[in-house]
Amino acid sequence: VATLTSATRDILEGSFPYVWVHGEVVGFKEHRSGHWYFTLKDADAQLRCVSWASERRAMLVAPDDGMAVVVRGQLTVYPARGDLQFRVLALQGVGDGLWRKAFEETRARLERDGLLAPQRKRGLPLFPRCVAVVTSTDGAALHDVVAVVRRRCPGTRVVAVPATVQGETATASIRRALARVARWGEADVVIVGRGGGGREDLWAFNDEGVARAIADMPMPVISAVGHEIDVTLCDLVADARAPTPSAAAEAAVPVLSDLVRRVRNEGTALTDAIAARLALARDRAGRARAGAERAARRLLERRAMVLRGVGGRLHALSPLATMARGFAVVTDREGRAIVRAASVSAGDELRLNFRDGAVVARAERIERGAAPADGAE
Amino acid sequence: MSFEGNVQRLEEIVAALEHDELPLDRALALFDEGVACLREAAAELARVESAVEVLRENASGVLRTTEFRG
Repeated sequence: VATLTSATRDILEGSFPYVWVHGEVVGFKEHRSGHWYFTLKDADAQLRCVSWASERRAMLVAPDDGMAVVVRGQLTVYPARGDLQFRVLALQGVGDGLWRKAFEETRARLERDGLLAPQRKRGLPLFPRCVAVVTSTDGAALHDVVAVVRRRCPGTRVVAVPATVQGETATASIRRALARVARWGEADVVIVGRGGGGREDLWAFNDEGVARAIADMPMPVISAVGHEIDVTLCDLVADARAPTPSAAAEAAVPVLSDLVRRVRNEGTALTDAIAARLALARDRAGRARAGAERAARRLLERRAMVLRGVGGRLHALSPLATMARGFAVVTDREGRAIVRAASVSAGDELRLNFRDGAVVARAERIERGAAPADGAE
Repeated sequence: MSFEGNVQRLEEIVAALEHDELPLDRALALFDEGVACLREAAAELARVESAVEVLRENASGVLRTTEFRG
């Protein structure tokens, strides 16, 4: 039996080169060792398949039963059972069944770690000094970003960070480029993306490691994968998502003239506000001054009134007023007032002072006794 | 302060001057601060265009940018 099965195996392996086989997965089992066992079938036939864990690098996600796949490998015989068996070396989903499953599994892990939470998203800077662009330096993506930045906000520094965005090396390359941007530290915002391409080229942007690297960036990241239909994991993790690199650049930098206008308007508002405040102060000072003046005037008027009153009384007491009524003040030659007859001797010179002048007279004789009631006219 | 910081502070100052009953000396101090913010923000806006650069890492891990010649 062994001789025959071995011979059959050698003939089979010798006659069939590595081939691609298309079918539907049924009876999928993963052994503890990591080996996969399943059957590939179509409407008319079945083929037993095995995928050894050691030979399976690129196939990260196990297919589910019912998924359509294409496998590449070698037709052989399993001598211990005498069964026909297909040794699978590569496996791809047909349609998006397998791809979708891988995507959802990774997405669930990122979600569990909180990396997709909306509150994690950082706002983009209003006016970045420096924009880093992680992309291929060959593609149109960099060119598009530079063109938009030049048009909108020419003073912004654009720093390209070369990365391979397609093929086997893409994930490692993108992660390395992101790490450089993080370590360099001068970028205010990062655009990660590529110019365009088919869905099969998106896989680097659905890589869990790349998605986690984006989540770890110290500055906001805009994902610009250039695919309108499919959302990538990078899109979900990034702080902002743009459909194209041009759109990412528009999100990253403002239109300079808008900012100039805004700052100018703020300047006008500032001077207007202080002018209004000063006018208010002036107004208040003016009102205060008018009030003070009114108070001072009132005070002066009151004083003047008091003075007029005092003046009236003084006037009543003044000898001039008495003289106006017909009295004269008698003084001696030196101008001393003579108020008693006894201080005058006959022959003394007397001055009779009237309002309009004086009369010099001489005392004839002295009469003692009270003066007549109607004065000395 | 960053451009954003300056513009934001400026907006706060204008709002305070417009709506708050500030003592005159405080208003004048805020105005001076606003003028400084305005000057800094305007200076940022006057940045000149520069060449596109490319960030590279040399063998000893030093990062440096050079002019990009696409």
